[in-house]
Amino acid sequence: MSLWVDMYRPRTLDDLHYHEGLSTRLRSLAASGDFPHMLFYGPSGAGKKTRIACTLRELFGKGADKLKIDQRVFMTPSKRKLDVNIVQSNYHIEITPSEVGQYDRVVIQELLKEIAQTQQVDVSAKHRFKVVIIQEADSLTRDAQAALRRTMEKYMSNMRIILCANSTSKLIAPIKSRCLLVRVAAPSSEEIVKVLKHVAAKQPFRVIDDEVAQEIAEDSNGNLRKAILVFEALRMQSPDLSGPLTIAKPDWETYCHKVADMIIQEQTPQRVMDVRSKLYELLSHCIPATVIIKTIADRLVDKVDENLKADIMHWAAIYETRMRVGNKKIFHLEAWVVKVMSLYKHFFYGIDMSGFD
Amino acid sequence: MSFFQKSSTRTAPKTATVDPTLQPWVEKYRPKTIDDVSAQEHTVAVLRRTLTSTNLPHMLFYGPPGTGKTSTILALARQLYGPDNFRSRVLELNASDERGIAIVRDKIKNFARQTPRAQAVASDGQTYPCPPYKIIILDEADSMTQDAQAALRRIMETYARITRFCLVCNYVTRIIDPLASRCSKFRFKPLDPTSTSSRLTQIASSENIAVSDDVVKTLINTSQGDLRRSITYLQSASRLSMSTNPPTPIVPSDIQEIAGVVPDTVINSFAATLGIDIITDEMDVDDGLPTRAKGFNDIRSKVKQIVREGYSAAQILSQLHDLVVEHPTLAAQKKANCALVFAEADKALCDGADEELWILEVGLQVHKAVS
Repeated sequence: MSLWVDMYRPRTLDDLHYHEGLSTRLRSLAASGDFPHMLFYGPSGAGKKTRIACTLRELFGKGADKLKIDQRVFMTPSKRKLDVNIVQSNYHIEITPSEVGQYDRVVIQELLKEIAQTQQVDVSAKHRFKVVIIQEADSLTRDAQAALRRTMEKYMSNMRIILCANSTSKLIAPIKSRCLLVRVAAPSSEEIVKVLKHVAAKQPFRVIDDEVAQEIAEDSNGNLRKAILVFEALRMQSPDLSGPLTIAKPDWETYCHKVADMIIQEQTPQRVMDVRSKLYELLSHCIPATVIIKTIADRLVDKVDENLKADIMHWAAIYETRMRVGNKKIFHLEAWVVKVMSLYKHFFYGIDMSGFD
Repeated sequence: MSFFQKSSTRTAPKTATVDPTLQPWVEKYRPKTIDDVSAQEHTVAVLRRTLTSTNLPHMLFYGPPGTGKTSTILALARQLYGPDNFRSRVLELNASDERGIAIVRDKIKNFARQTPRAQAVASDGQTYPCPPYKIIILDEADSMTQDAQAALRRIMETYARITRFCLVCNYVTRIIDPLASRCSKFRFKPLDPTSTSSRLTQIASSENIAVSDDVVKTLINTSQGDLRRSITYLQSASRLSMSTNPPTPIVPSDIQEIAGVVPDTVINSFAATLGIDIITDEMDVDDGLPTRAKGFNDIRSKVKQIVREGYSAAQILSQLHDLVVEHPTLAAQKKANCALVFAEADKALCDGADEELWILEVGLQVHKAVS
């Protein structure tokens, strides 16, 4: 019994529900025999991986669905062993180099060269090349990206690379200029509703209320995966989808909201200590600090005066950046909380703070 | 049956020849001689002299990507040695090869100390100068570590009699001074629009695809002097147009989509939300975009919408920057304030900050600066 997300994942390009223009484009590219390197980018839950899988299927037929998982060991020049999980079929190979952190260059260099220098042995294969899918390409280090450059040109005959990323900002220009960029935008609410109805039609209850579907779609914020997961969770609550339905927020989100409320209620050193312990709680449950700061800030700006909103977001952005550069997340989260508190307090006492920036 | 198959595979040429139709155009139309190199007259003039004088200094090529650095040195090496000697006389190492200090000490040093073999007679009947030294090309040299570069210093001098080095890099500042001072430097400047367009039309005509002037203009604008980028875009666009049945002509918006450029309408409506007046060419004020400055919530929902569309923050930033800087009516003071904001945001994005937060931050600050 798998999740609905996996059960109803489209397998071919024809099954995809939205971005029809993109689907026809991919289909014709796969058929033309002249398949370029590609870079899929878009927000999470928009269907990048699904589209890549469908494209592979279009390229190589059913054989591309037979996956096996391997573990490979790579050796860095300093004799350190790296374990990398590899998902592969006869025609393609899928890696997430960022899971070895700063050593991803070694994986890229060794693995890609190895694939590039072996030719397709299966005579019945539709294409001469193998496809390498690199997940989370935006977290590749600069070195690893530099290593990709020449490889992509040199071994074009034996290999095509498909990169999958959330944004192209962190990819170096030479990589971008070697790929065909494919933007996968998040589905609109109507499109999510359509997909939800499609899922519902395959279930025993067959229908989903328009209102419920709309509500789920709004809540998911363009993330189709989340929408379907929420839908399934609701179904667990009440099997026939009747009665009052409440979309349960994840625990961490309510917790973040609580923190935001605490900041607004009182601005004292004592309160900072309370907030600090809550933040620690969140961090120790592996909620990324960026998500924490964004959620709290989002909640805060809904509750404060118009004049304060811009400042709160400004400092959120500043401290988020410092968090990335720095080492200890809690320092910067806390600094931001204190900053917001002082802004809030001074706003009410009408003191000009511009001298302290 | 199997007998026949076997014999057919044996007769197939051993060298992995690529079907020319599947080859990237960047490789296919790489200059064969240094005279083919576009728009780098000064460098080409100096190098042409080396072809006749059989002397060559150590060289350092630097300049932005896609200006022909690698192409030039490869073409020069090919002209000097011809196809037969090329393999034994030239060592090309790039960032995809391991280039730590160990490699410099072993591989490069070993290659550098070999005495070049005597000139073999070229198989294609032409005579090549084939001067008595070897060339080591270190492509993308700015990604070499400091230690590896330092190890090169003495090697370059010791074997100068029989080996020439050519370092190719984007940022000359990342090459350590002692190396840079041993080389004669050649700067490759970004290509000017006329040479880019002549090259593009030349490729288009030999590939038999129809390209309108508008398309060439868009290619030049989006690639900003990077010839490789514009050629790749052209190839991708022609792939897309060829793959439909019947083939559709290439239009500028195709190029923009391939290049990942945010459509002007999106940027304009974002700018309008921030309170920047959008001056359109048609000047139809009535059904134009609302140019009223809006509040925090409007900006936030607009940013959410843009992020959902999946556009990259860096791209939005640079296009918004262009729009603000070239804005005809905005006061200089305001523009300067905006520029500060953009600079700050660019730095943050380079540090890997969250994109949504920073697009919002840019939006809010620009809004503050212009209102």
